[in-house]
Amino acid sequence: MTTKLMGQAVQRVEDQRFLRGQGRYVDDVALGTATLHAAVLRSPHAHARIVDIDVSEVLDVEGVHAVWTYDDLEGPMAEPLPLLIPHPALTHGRTQYALANGEVNYVGEAVAFVVADDRYVAEDAVDRIRVDYELLPPVVGIPAARAAERLVHDDVPGNVGARLEQNVGDARAAIAAAPHRLALDLTVERSACQPMEGRGTVARWDPDLNRLQAWTSTQTSTGVRAAIAVKLGLDLGQVDVITPDVGGGFGVKINHPWPEELLVPLAAKTLGRTVKFTEDRREHFISTAHERGQEQHIEVGFDDDGRLLGLDVEFWHDHGAYTPYGLIVPIITSTQLLGPYKPRSYRVVFESLYTNTVMVTPYRGAGRPQGCYAMERTMDAIASYLGKDRAEVRAANFIQPDEFPYDHGLVFQDGRELEYDSGDYPASLEKLKTLVGWDEFPQFRAEMAAQGRRVGIGLACYVEGTGVGPYEGAHVHIETSGKVKVATGLTTQGQGHATVFAQLVADELGVRFEDVEVVTGDTRRMPYAVGTFASRAAVMSGSAIHLAAKRAKEKVLKIAADALEVDEKDLQIADGVVSVKGAPPDSVGASIDLGTVSVLSNPLRYAFDEASKAATQFQVGDPGKPPVAEDDEPGLEGRDFYSPERATFASGMHAVIVETDPETAEISILKYAVVHDCGNLINPMIVEGQIHGGVAQGVGGALYERMAYDESGQLLNASFMDFLMPYVTEVPDGIDIDHVETPSPLNPLGIKGAGEAGVIPSAAVFAAAIEDAEGIPITAMPISPSDLFALRRSVGQARDQSDAKERP
Amino acid sequence: MTEERHDVVLTVNGTAHPVRVPGRRLLSDALRHDLGLTGTHVGCEHGVCGACTVLVDGRPVRSCLMFAVSAQDSEITTVEGLTGSDGSLGPVQQAFLECHGLQCGFCTPGFLTTITAGLRDNPSPTHEEARDMVAGNLCRCTGYQNIVKAVERAAELARDGAPRVHPADPPEPESGQLAYEERDDDNASTGLGG
Repeated sequence: MTTKLMGQAVQRVEDQRFLRGQGRYVDDVALGTATLHAAVLRSPHAHARIVDIDVSEVLDVEGVHAVWTYDDLEGPMAEPLPLLIPHPALTHGRTQYALANGEVNYVGEAVAFVVADDRYVAEDAVDRIRVDYELLPPVVGIPAARAAERLVHDDVPGNVGARLEQNVGDARAAIAAAPHRLALDLTVERSACQPMEGRGTVARWDPDLNRLQAWTSTQTSTGVRAAIAVKLGLDLGQVDVITPDVGGGFGVKINHPWPEELLVPLAAKTLGRTVKFTEDRREHFISTAHERGQEQHIEVGFDDDGRLLGLDVEFWHDHGAYTPYGLIVPIITSTQLLGPYKPRSYRVVFESLYTNTVMVTPYRGAGRPQGCYAMERTMDAIASYLGKDRAEVRAANFIQPDEFPYDHGLVFQDGRELEYDSGDYPASLEKLKTLVGWDEFPQFRAEMAAQGRRVGIGLACYVEGTGVGPYEGAHVHIETSGKVKVATGLTTQGQGHATVFAQLVADELGVRFEDVEVVTGDTRRMPYAVGTFASRAAVMSGSAIHLAAKRAKEKVLKIAADALEVDEKDLQIADGVVSVKGAPPDSVGASIDLGTVSVLSNPLRYAFDEASKAATQFQVGDPGKPPVAEDDEPGLEGRDFYSPERATFASGMHAVIVETDPETAEISILKYAVVHDCGNLINPMIVEGQIHGGVAQGVGGALYERMAYDESGQLLNASFMDFLMPYVTEVPDGIDIDHVETPSPLNPLGIKGAGEAGVIPSAAVFAAAIEDAEGIPITAMPISPSDLFALRRSVGQARDQSDAKERP
Repeated sequence: MTEERHDVVLTVNGTAHPVRVPGRRLLSDALRHDLGLTGTHVGCEHGVCGACTVLVDGRPVRSCLMFAVSAQDSEITTVEGLTGSDGSLGPVQQAFLECHGLQCGFCTPGFLTTITAGLRDNPSPTHEEARDMVAGNLCRCTGYQNIVKAVERAAELARDGAPRVHPADPPEPESGQLAYEERDDDNASTGLGG
């Protein structure tokens, strides 16, 4: 009997090729001297008009094949790049051109595109392009954008791309009438995904087939395919997009098309050669998206128990120079801010602002870390004001397990209502308190204080809408060998889809795990798909694959029942064999393997091996009926789509104990605890791996990573030497994880997404723990030892001054 | 003008490869693009991330910071050379599989080569030493938790006598075949099948 694989820590099938150095990432495709290589000239200025571009010296470089500037682009390629997600509130959306059209708006914006024999020569050629710029004053940072003394785009007043307000009840009146009120001003700085593999695209024009084939390191093959077709004036059917192995995405590769994703296909088609672009690290810093930067103002009214009566949040979101991904990030901040709590009345308004910096599109968490930070800092402030335990104040505000589904009365990022499907927040909090030792912490603090050491504890809770629509699909094909080939259209960048999806198919079809092979992100195999983002792959494609496998199974049972002359209800499938329930294992005529069922599913005229002889016209079928029934089709396949009404809401809570050095202000992590609820787990090993990675990225975002722009819009730390991503030495040595499983009622597997969760509460939980250790309000993240040191001094000086005033 | 090229013999995983390259060609690019050994990955091209780490005469070296011409006369081991001659995974590779020490796989080759050399120098690392062994490599997916476990597990496997690949004693090449010529399987789930 086949063991059920759902819920098992199955080792990953994809690891075999990765561990042998046989993964195939975009830059590994099309090796050899026949491939041409591209390099991009990027703007060195944050804001400038392009007066003239002189490329006359470029073609003198031996090995250069072509150079493009804006003036060489025609038709749809000469129009701005798509604004992917329009929204009525985005009244002043702007997108860049594939190559700058007369103006540049950030350091790194693409200006010219060179194709040469190799990347070295292409870069030599880029150095020979002369551009005459007329400098314009740049707008850098949220205060400058709000002040609007200078404009990023002349036709966007106030630098405001969008303003969106949502209300539930009358929050301002509720706050005014509340027994207690507080106000907070908070900031979060920019960070970025920084996958180890940057962007990359390879394209090949096949003149014999009249089609274009593109490989790209993306989170949406179908999106890039549609964009290439539209921009190059090709029929969709002439374009295939293949996403091979992807060396990390974390959100940044969902934005598309990047200029190079169009310019490489254009060059390939124009030159009739295979063309490759591989982004280098500096390019990734200055031309690929960032996230996180926000300023927030919060007003809150609450009762004696710390229960929220009204919450009024205004925030200003820095979206950089352009808005290709619409308002997704600030909409998520504004809705997911509420976490597991009932605000009773809520007003939220944001302005999405232009600056002369790299554009902002989703980074793992996608606006949730900022929302969680706002809400959890507020909870801590309420607890501090009332002198109450921080966990108690949170518990007083939780949505209770019997209140699901819980409708917040807001519109979520998918245009659907923000309605939580399931959860058990009190249970999660109890588990977290036990896991981190919340109630024992005062004693630990006293022991450490006796040794002259300073420690603090913090906790933070979040709810994450995962598995947003519109849909994903799957195709399951049982071959005559009995092997099962599965395709789903969304892409993979390290989540182990080939493993977890095979687990689902093996369970549903009753085949061996080793016999299932999964393909993702290949538009030739599944042309209908959306993409991998918003922790949606397991929920969306997992459900679709489950449904498609079910359909294939229905057909298996129908054919097998005919062949064995029994009722379908009496059949079972295990280890790839259909057999009559209860029949002795070796009884003749009581079983049939899936490969034979597949042979029987496809009536043949021609036999090409022993197995197919059994399916030829003189062997099978009723001479009085068509070989393929009217309501049937040949082949043993199942295809289905999953399209949920709305997102499913995962949740979690993190706690951290930090130590701060009284002398140097160095911040060390002593303990990190996570309680996580993503519904039913498919593969706990992979879920925990996702949490580990999220926590590490969160540590980076909370303590180390920031984009250091100077006032002229130059990114000063555009390298791994200066942008401090955590090494092993910066992450906790061990992360304690516990799970709560509240299955989602919205999908057949009861699952919720898990990919982004680990990073969401980081800024909040570290701010809380450092504040607890130091007794100083922490309102700006990330916080470095230098920041903390400066904060201590300024608070110390302020205290000294007020002491001096009070002295007679 | 024509760029001057130099004849160099790169000895990689026990096989000698004559190549003709410009003086400025990085070892990482020569391995990947001239020899087709794409297991070595390039993550930053400024020596910080460690994804491109290979062993040069047994020592971990960032191949993005070394010119191909300066690798003449050296024995180079790449990730492709860590597999046993019978095709079985080496102890570090096996440990990464068992411990879920990788997700996207991009930084993995640099960790595998680094740990291979590290365990040769220190076959029984303490937990702190295991962490220290990987402290020069960046990974954006795993949070390092399972990588540290994999270092400890690899030490255990190597001690228990699992097939051991010694970087200074590379496995016999299989009739001079390059690893990339053999990789016709495993492609289906990358989207490259069919």
